Amino acid sequence: MTQRPARHRVVITGIGCVTPLGTDVATMWQSLLDGRTGFGPVTRFDAATFSTNFAAQAPDLDLADWYADPSPFVGVGRNTKFALASAAQAWKQAGLGDPKQPSSSQSQVDPSRVGIYLGSGEGVLDFENYVRTNLAGWDAEKRTVDAAKWAKAAYENMSAVRELEQESNMTLSHVAQALGACGPAYNCLTACTASTQAIGEATEILRRGDADLMIAGGAHTMIHPLGVTGFIRLTALSSRRDDIPNASRPFSIDRDGFVMGEGAGMLVLETLEHAQKRGATPLAEITGFGSSADAFRITDIQPDGQGARYSMLEALDEAGIGPDDEDDNGRPLIHYISAHGTGTRENDSIETRAIKNVFGDRAGQIPMSSVKSMLGHLIAAAGAVEAIVCVQCIHTGILPPTKNLNKPDPVCDLDYVPNEPRDVNSIGGVRTALSNSFGFGGQNNTLVISRFEGESR
Amino acid sequence: MDRSVVISGVGAVTAFGVGIEPLWEGLLAGSSCLRPISRFDPSGFPSRLAAEVHDFSARDFVPKTYRKAVKVMARDIELAVASAKCAIEDAGLSTKGCPATDNVEPTYPSRRIGCHIGAGLIAAELDELTSALATAVDDDGVFSLEKWGDVEGDGAMGNLQPLWLLKYLPNMLSCHVTIIHDAQGPSNTITCAEASGILSVGESLRVIQRNDADLCFSGGAENKINEMGMLRMDFAKRLAPTGDETDGAKIVRPFDPNTPGGLLGEGGGILMLELESSARARDANIYARVSGFGAGHSPRSDDAAERSRGLQYAIQSAIKDAGLTPADIDAILPHASGVPHMDAEEIAALRTVFGDRLNDIPLVTITPNIGDTMAGHGSIAIGVGAMCVRKRTLPARLNAGTPAPDLNAGPADVRDAPINHMLICTNAQGGQNGAVVLSAATESPQ
Repeated sequence: MTQRPARHRVVITGIGCVTPLGTDVATMWQSLLDGRTGFGPVTRFDAATFSTNFAAQAPDLDLADWYADPSPFVGVGRNTKFALASAAQAWKQAGLGDPKQPSSSQSQVDPSRVGIYLGSGEGVLDFENYVRTNLAGWDAEKRTVDAAKWAKAAYENMSAVRELEQESNMTLSHVAQALGACGPAYNCLTACTASTQAIGEATEILRRGDADLMIAGGAHTMIHPLGVTGFIRLTALSSRRDDIPNASRPFSIDRDGFVMGEGAGMLVLETLEHAQKRGATPLAEITGFGSSADAFRITDIQPDGQGARYSMLEALDEAGIGPDDEDDNGRPLIHYISAHGTGTRENDSIETRAIKNVFGDRAGQIPMSSVKSMLGHLIAAAGAVEAIVCVQCIHTGILPPTKNLNKPDPVCDLDYVPNEPRDVNSIGGVRTALSNSFGFGGQNNTLVISRFEGESR
Repeated sequence: MDRSVVISGVGAVTAFGVGIEPLWEGLLAGSSCLRPISRFDPSGFPSRLAAEVHDFSARDFVPKTYRKAVKVMARDIELAVASAKCAIEDAGLSTKGCPATDNVEPTYPSRRIGCHIGAGLIAAELDELTSALATAVDDDGVFSLEKWGDVEGDGAMGNLQPLWLLKYLPNMLSCHVTIIHDAQGPSNTITCAEASGILSVGESLRVIQRNDADLCFSGGAENKINEMGMLRMDFAKRLAPTGDETDGAKIVRPFDPNTPGGLLGEGGGILMLELESSARARDANIYARVSGFGAGHSPRSDDAAERSRGLQYAIQSAIKDAGLTPADIDAILPHASGVPHMDAEEIAALRTVFGDRLNDIPLVTITPNIGDTMAGHGSIAIGVGAMCVRKRTLPARLNAGTPAPDLNAGPADVRDAPINHMLICTNAQGGQNGAVVLSAATESPQ
């Protein structure tokens, strides 16, 4: 094992989310167990002629449902609304105060010791005004944009608030302000792995003692014309227009890409000492984090899943778990894997290969599923919501299914918990779960999340 | 005990040119690169000066086999890729894509090399996008989503190159660098405006300290000198109106109570952070030890003192992390954006930490020379700081205004300065703050 300095243990004390299947953890979780999918036609803009005309949209939110005074957040981006709502849920559950009841929100924490690490995406492009401005500046003969004409149109059409809200540190800025975090503050944007990385690095900040408590997670939406266009051009999206509710089919031989989702997941993390001192209840413990780069191609995953493998091995190493270790019942110590499982041809086969390369013959004994089959792909926010799914697995002893897995791909031959949830309480529930997230460009991150079992780890 | 980390290579692309040497020479000479924008016609914007990088082609800085990839690199990515190559060469290291001599093995195993490169919100190139958008207008000249869609196979969106999206993802700065140099360790992309560079260096430091890597590419790069970038920065009230002025050094005057705002530069800075024991074992040319790091978030307030708490925490944490007290700091390189509310916040934080001593501590400023390079700023600043520590020299200081008399921030010539410990810090639009302490590498590690 890698030699590491003595460090703090880190526990999760609050979770919150906004997803296409519910704007709180309980509702989302029940939807996942019911095997519901959140997919429908895009209503945010006219996508009728797009080869992918559907997505997993989250509901519109009224921040007054979460904050006594939402007035400071007028004009914030859709992604930031998701984040603020999720963070309020997590904050409240952690016993730090209910932002909807200002008198109770006097938290007992030192603001300089409260940090925040998000993996949040950029805000939503003001597409209509942006296009209008670009076309106003377009010189068709020279095939170039006339910058002076463009600027004139831009100052007429575009809004300062909408432009500034697109900066990818703004969600962080609003959440920090809402909850009074003045400690270490970061946003990372490593595509589809961002919020897993944020949770991992937030954990490392706590381990080292650079903060007592961290808000960690992510928020994102790319459901706007250019976001959808970008992924269509990359041929990453499902185009199953004739069967929208069942479009996402991870690990199935007929999978044809992911479905874009949107939303947020937020966690309150703290050092065990800090949680105990203020009498908070640990929901779970983060025991391992691994991070790696494929260093292969910006468009393709390393075919052996080498980067994914390194990321998992490093996370297991930190958790003190060997890939061959088993528990008293002879089960591998990892009881559940939340797969990245996008439903693209490439990801699912290579992720499967990587897991086999890590766990060898035992890989088939570890149940794993892709909740993206129901939630869609929340891009930067996906990892945070999937970490919350792992916490729920640990708490309930039930594993969510991989929906729409009707025609298994011969190269995807592991146990993906097809179509029906699985209750594993009779064999001891879930003590430890592993969650994978991989990003376009080759950045990989893995978390190991464990049942909190008191002092005796 | 933490594993000690040093800077063993500095790479930069700034308006002074490619590499740390031209930047350092330019600073010693007290020159400024803030000139009229030449890349596009800026007449529609109130701010028309910036520090552009001229005569730069990313193709010259990637391996031959990787040249094809340049067409999916936004300018920000190009700046990062070139800076990374400079940094590796400066450090005397070999990687897969950048061997010091033919057929030499890489100095470090791939898995022990991390990469943390901060980035901003990258704007799509308008000509590229609009030439596609223009094929989807209806007979009235109005853009039609119906024509844009591709379901019939011939939609206008097909006129965008398939990899269009990847050209503008902020993580591609790191990803291209990891691919070129086969860096398979932890890799991250921090997007916290001007704090991105310092926060990335901080993360590399922690990654090496906790034994997840021995070497990291670390820094940031950004180019906001384009129509969208200028618009957004003007909307943020960051940019000084320039009128008929053609010399930006007369405009950017940090800590002058009447400063009219800042000006943009484009730039990248990548540092090689290396485990000190390994660097010493290979007899590396060590610039400085990265002895402390801290971060913090600013509460929103109209009161600069209240707002400065985030930066204050960052600075105090960094000094404490280095095992020092404020009395040990010999020089400071702050953001010095020249934006009135940001300057005020920065001085409030420094005053709280350093008290009356601040009057005498030299402040090093680089924004009058190369503009505000945003996500590139922090790591370029650390690169300059590393040169100050190594050369025991402070560069000349440009300031055409009248900084507050109780600050050591007015015009100055090059001077010798035996610096043991130097603070580099920044605030950022949006409220993030980072601080790093560099220490002379001759001292034994803490």
